[in-house]
Amino acid sequence: MKRFAALYDRLDRTTATNAKLAALVDYFRQAPAADAAWAVRFLTGRRFKRLVNTRELREWTVAASGLPPWLVEDSYEHVGDLAETMHLLLPDAQQDQPTPTLHALIKQQIQPLRQLDDEARQQRVTELWSSLSGSERFLLNKILTGGFRVGVSKRLVTRALAEVAGVDSSLIAHRLMGRWQATPDFFQRLIAPASDDDLDQATPYPFFLASPLEDEPETLGEAGEWQAEWKWDGIRAQLIRRGGQTFIWSRGEELMEGRFPEIEAAAETLPDGSVLDGEIMAWRDGQPLPFAVLQKRIGRKKPGPKTLQTAPVAFLAYDCLEQDAEDLRDQPLRERMTALDQVLHKACGLHRSECIAFDDWQALPELKAQSRERGVEGIMLKHLASPYQVGRKRGDWWKWKVEPYTFDGVLIYAQPGHGRRSGLFTDYTFAVHDGNELVPVAKAYSGLTQAEIDRLDRWIRNHTRERFGPVRSVEPVHVFELAFEGIQASPRHKSGIAMRFPRIHRWREDLTVADADRLDDLKKLLPDTQR
Amino acid sequence: MKKGLLYPDAGGLYCPAGDFWIDPLKPVPRAIITHAHADHARSGNAEVFAATPGIPVLDHRVGGADALSACDYGQPFELGQARVTLFPAGHILGSATVRIETGDGIWGVSGDFKRAPDPTCAPFEPFACDTWLTECTFGLPVYRWQDTTEVIDEIIDWWQGCRDQQRPAVLFCYALGKAQRVLAELHGRAEGPVWLHGAMQPLTDCYRAQGLDLIETRPVSAAEKGYRFAGDLIMAPPSAAGSPWMRRFPKHGSGFVSGWMRIRGNRRRRGYDRGFVLSDHADWPALIQTAQDMGARRVITIHGNGEALSGFLREQGIDSEAWNLRQTLRQA
Ligand SMILES: [Zn+2]
Ligand SMILES: [Zn+2]
Repeated sequence: MKRFAALYDRLDRTTATNAKLAALVDYFRQAPAADAAWAVRFLTGRRFKRLVNTRELREWTVAASGLPPWLVEDSYEHVGDLAETMHLLLPDAQQDQPTPTLHALIKQQIQPLRQLDDEARQQRVTELWSSLSGSERFLLNKILTGGFRVGVSKRLVTRALAEVAGVDSSLIAHRLMGRWQATPDFFQRLIAPASDDDLDQATPYPFFLASPLEDEPETLGEAGEWQAEWKWDGIRAQLIRRGGQTFIWSRGEELMEGRFPEIEAAAETLPDGSVLDGEIMAWRDGQPLPFAVLQKRIGRKKPGPKTLQTAPVAFLAYDCLEQDAEDLRDQPLRERMTALDQVLHKACGLHRSECIAFDDWQALPELKAQSRERGVEGIMLKHLASPYQVGRKRGDWWKWKVEPYTFDGVLIYAQPGHGRRSGLFTDYTFAVHDGNELVPVAKAYSGLTQAEIDRLDRWIRNHTRERFGPVRSVEPVHVFELAFEGIQASPRHKSGIAMRFPRIHRWREDLTVADADRLDDLKKLLPDTQR
Repeated sequence: MKKGLLYPDAGGLYCPAGDFWIDPLKPVPRAIITHAHADHARSGNAEVFAATPGIPVLDHRVGGADALSACDYGQPFELGQARVTLFPAGHILGSATVRIETGDGIWGVSGDFKRAPDPTCAPFEPFACDTWLTECTFGLPVYRWQDTTEVIDEIIDWWQGCRDQQRPAVLFCYALGKAQRVLAELHGRAEGPVWLHGAMQPLTDCYRAQGLDLIETRPVSAAEKGYRFAGDLIMAPPSAAGSPWMRRFPKHGSGFVSGWMRIRGNRRRRGYDRGFVLSDHADWPALIQTAQDMGARRVITIHGNGEALSGFLREQGIDSEAWNLRQTLRQA
């Protein structure tokens, strides 16, 4: 734990990427594999099952600090991060206690919490609090609360591991995909030299991500070297058929077992050793259904026959990463498209995301303008010679999205943000006019500059009308322009509508509350069927 | 709100018995100014009373030397029907708390104060009063300060780390008080010179002129053109962060000295490499300890969000409430 805390301190005490990289490399070289495996797990942001709930942690903090519960809550609201709040409120630890290793702490102290009764758990955690000091205790709290954002990206951890292992970082990224346990064995394999058979059947390839196209497509060069596709508004997924088994991975590296039985059934017809990249869409009769339909399937572990009937899905394949158990990622897109056709030809029930035929760049804007009608987000542009790369690498894959809708809304509620924005009021709720009322229509927490956030935070503190827990209602004064991707009818919301991806475009200090938009106008944007 | 010896009005905190304001928010005929920080000292008052050691800095900050009356700590003087005494607040050089006595009782008023030792100013001196008006800048239990020596050790270690890499170490802190406190703490513990931003130079001169021992300093403007400050310590106010002035310090490491650095998010948002938790204000335990030391039956919080402190004191059986002076001014 000492070593891990020292790593954390080094990472936390610099804003320079190279210094962070050096700290990670040093740690992975020196730490025992058993500890390093857990460090990889936490630093790459893998979720750690929470063994204690936050209510208990707050109660135990009240008990250990001797402070009244409301003061612990006020402190939490001020700090914004529970792990840190607890750390700052608890009495200083007793000095010179032996510190367990990271691995021992988790195996012997934290994981056994699951089997203990409430009283014993409180006692165990309270003892840990009084025996660990400084960053060690802060990190313990981070592990207990299940969240681990410490200012390093997964990509940086991958780079450090690649340097330690002496292999390409895309191989490390691949080894970090999918299912794995934080064991010494796993860490050894992670930093082993390149070999053929070190990957599990279920391991997906790292996704290649497109970058937003900011200029006109003409700037990309010869139109004939590019492939255009519709940009689907679904769930990006990787479909794996290996060893007679099917695995569907989301981009968030979640295994979506059992959630999409119709796709799994179709995947059984794939030749063994096939891996496809594509999109899960709500789909009927060759047409996309609104995202709201897909939402009925998200999070549903075992959909019943009724859901399958009302919210059917399909897999739209647009790339082939593996054919006949051979990794095709280094092949140009052109070749992979041929492979995709061959693979899909042998299967049934899986769809091909068709390419858009276009002769020159001039034809594209008009096609893009049809996006909303077609239920897509815009157009993808992929270079026909592009390999399938790892992560977001600019140059070969671009997404050219339709302009978002915008509206002007009034700030009516604010609450403190978390993580990097902790302690500041950064989560806002915006309203529009409905008769004489202001009804909330969107929540947003991004889009302002740090200076604007600071200024708004001060204003909110001085103009609070009422408090509801961490939420404050404020005087309706400030108007913001918000962008969003679409609108759906929603009986759960007072306004009757739900917005997709609302975000702040800019602070309209030139507008007054009277200038804000009306609900009726927003409702005009609802799809015809929902109006 | 019960009217007492003092109450908030359009000018700030007003004492009718003595017809004066404490740290007025706008110009008034007669003012007591607790110290020279901008949120307490403003110009334009006809008559100003302040603690003797604070006069040079106050004169430098707000001017109006003719209107300034120097008051020695612990020496009572009469203003109207009120008997006023200034006591050391331990906040910055020449900072004061105010004791006001009338036939109706004794009130104590803090500007800002701290209880931690500070080589640049006289230590806080408690006195008995009926009602204590306390600042409450860090009025939550998450604010607990570590020993100053530990923090100075951290600063020196960090500076040494930058020196090992031949990088400039730029330390941000408030130009009045904190900067000189750090310079005094470094005196005898580290090797100068420390380079100063222009905003810090005259204030530091004020401190030196009063006989305080500070580590050797030099204005950044005195450095030769093209000098790269490798391994040097530079001190600057937070407003200099991100300004073109910073280009003088290629590849620098940055640190900020402030009580706010206790919270990780505050440091990360500002983008400093390091946060050093050193404050010229009382932390939570010191706010409570001081309320007890003053023996007051009633405690009123001013300056800062005092709801938590006053709520906590009420639970301890002390009559307590929070005043928001700025709010009062806006409504008036
Ligand atoms: Zn002050
Ligand atoms: Zn102040």
